[in-house]
Amino acid sequence: MRGILSDRMGAALLMAPLLLFLVIAYAWPFLGVVKWSFTLPTPGLGQYGALVSDPLVQSVFIRTLRIAAIVTIVSVIAAYAITVVWVRGSPVQRVLAEFCILVPFWISVLTRAFGWVALLSNRGLINTWLQSIGFISEPLTLVRNEFGVVVGMSHFLIPFAVFPLASAMRSLDERVLLAARGLGSSRMRTFWTVFVPMTRSGIIGSAMIVFVFSLGFFVTPAILGGGRSVMIAELIYLRIFQSPDWGLGAAISVVLVVFVGTLMALLFRHVKPKQLV
Amino acid sequence: MQQPGRAAEIKANGIGKSFGSFRALDNLTLDIGRGEFLTLLGPSGSGKTTFLMILAGFVQPSEGRLFSDGADITDRPAEQRAAGMVFQGYALFPHMSVEQNIAFPLKVRKKSAAEIKQRVGEMVERVGLKGHEKKLPAQLSGGQQQRVALARALVFEPGVLLLDEPFSALDKSLRGQMQAEMKRLHQETGTTFVFVTHDQSEALALSSRVAIFNHGKLLQVGRPDEVYDRPANRFVAEFLGEINMLPVKGVKPVDNGATGLCEDRAVNMRCKAEAIKGDAILAIRPEHMSIAPEAASGENGIAATAVASTYLGAATKLDLTTRQGAKVTVSVPNEVAAAALSKGNSVWLTWPAEKGFLLPGGGQ
Repeated sequence: MRGILSDRMGAALLMAPLLLFLVIAYAWPFLGVVKWSFTLPTPGLGQYGALVSDPLVQSVFIRTLRIAAIVTIVSVIAAYAITVVWVRGSPVQRVLAEFCILVPFWISVLTRAFGWVALLSNRGLINTWLQSIGFISEPLTLVRNEFGVVVGMSHFLIPFAVFPLASAMRSLDERVLLAARGLGSSRMRTFWTVFVPMTRSGIIGSAMIVFVFSLGFFVTPAILGGGRSVMIAELIYLRIFQSPDWGLGAAISVVLVVFVGTLMALLFRHVKPKQLV
Repeated sequence: MQQPGRAAEIKANGIGKSFGSFRALDNLTLDIGRGEFLTLLGPSGSGKTTFLMILAGFVQPSEGRLFSDGADITDRPAEQRAAGMVFQGYALFPHMSVEQNIAFPLKVRKKSAAEIKQRVGEMVERVGLKGHEKKLPAQLSGGQQQRVALARALVFEPGVLLLDEPFSALDKSLRGQMQAEMKRLHQETGTTFVFVTHDQSEALALSSRVAIFNHGKLLQVGRPDEVYDRPANRFVAEFLGEINMLPVKGVKPVDNGATGLCEDRAVNMRCKAEAIKGDAILAIRPEHMSIAPEAASGENGIAATAVASTYLGAATKLDLTTRQGAKVTVSVPNEVAAAALSKGNSVWLTWPAEKGFLLPGGGQ
């Protein structure tokens, strides 16, 4: 009993600095943001009303949800393939997959966004190459639009999508797959009817993480969207730093936080936190 | 439901398997008869499970060939072998209902919806799972999960059913019930059953033949009474149950068996002793020895002193030490044990000549 108690005390002490930091650096300032949303420029619900009636805000919200949804689908499918190799491949394949998953974490998000610009721009590597082999005559518009944003964001988020999937695949009972084959099921059929359904919790966790991350993306869409595919985070930035409209910016922030909070609550009703890492 | 003629006949010819430097299975040659209930028995790491996995097609043998009904199936992948398999821990599909689990092998074989419905229904009834069709495996007890696993492995009428320690997770009373059920399913389906266990009483109770493995080698195959009463070597004798080992000297064959000297007394054996001459080990099961005040001349017997007893309910296990210091255990009626212990001095241990058998002396 004493052991458990002291363990808990120890855990609480170890957690305390982090909690304190979160309260001081996030929770407390966010309460300030909430206050602005109700008081600037005049007290009341005016900013939330504007938020509903402003067609620009609405179109940015819809674009954000659409990009987040596409990025989620692309990232989870790509991450699933990588994870299968990482968890179930030969030793050499595993090392390669691990390298591909970990290397992106060492490169700054800014560097990667500019890297994609270099690859995708009108005079970038891809267009130059496609033109040189005569496949296209005019450069394709691959960047400064939603396509570029989706590519850049997926590239950033795939490694995050890998971990919940790997956790689900590692906890899967190998004998169930053998059983399926022993009962006459081909490898393909076993994959689709047994393996994929059994990693469902990993797919849900992975999709939720990517989706929630996508909603708050700022740097990547700002660079690869070139001002044409503005997402929510960039809109908040513009409202607060470029047009003196702190109240509306604050109201959008509050809506985003509430939305993400609701999604996270839903996620944790289906998936345990430890399944996500 | 199943025609007995559909049961498979399997021949293993010089099968061996190495995992790196570890020799899991060595030169195994074994015929499994049509409709037989064969148990592979041995301690863990003895090669019995490796052989089962080779039969299923999950493990490729390093050498040797495997035949089913005369056809070489060594290189045939698991999904084309049509062997039913029940795994340790059942390996049910956790995301499918009982019904869907049992229907899986039929769906894979592209049977019509009507046929699947009918056969799954029959199977559910046969294993006593009626009313549980829509449940998920996690909502079932261990015994019920076991039944689903059996139903799923039998529903497509495989030529052979492979069972890997299916009862290891069940408690004792449930295990007895499931054993009886499995015996019934074996009779009803007529399919060849190959069953892996490390529990010797389970092996003796269920099988038509038992194959005993140790260190990757097949030591003996035979009917349960053959391997129990006439084990080929010391390992088999000891693995199948408690046994007393007494050194005998000067063994030589006689008309109806063999004779030798045990603790300076002549003893007779009914077994043949062609291969065994000179010094050997006489092995006798505890339940085949009795306690007597003295041994008549010509009767097998040695003198011993009772040292301890363990009450087992129906009988008592009595530990004795012979004059020359050998330890012997017998299973005797409770009052006989009490009398032998209270006397404190020497009693005689006797046994019928046909119940003792000879094993080569020394290590083996």
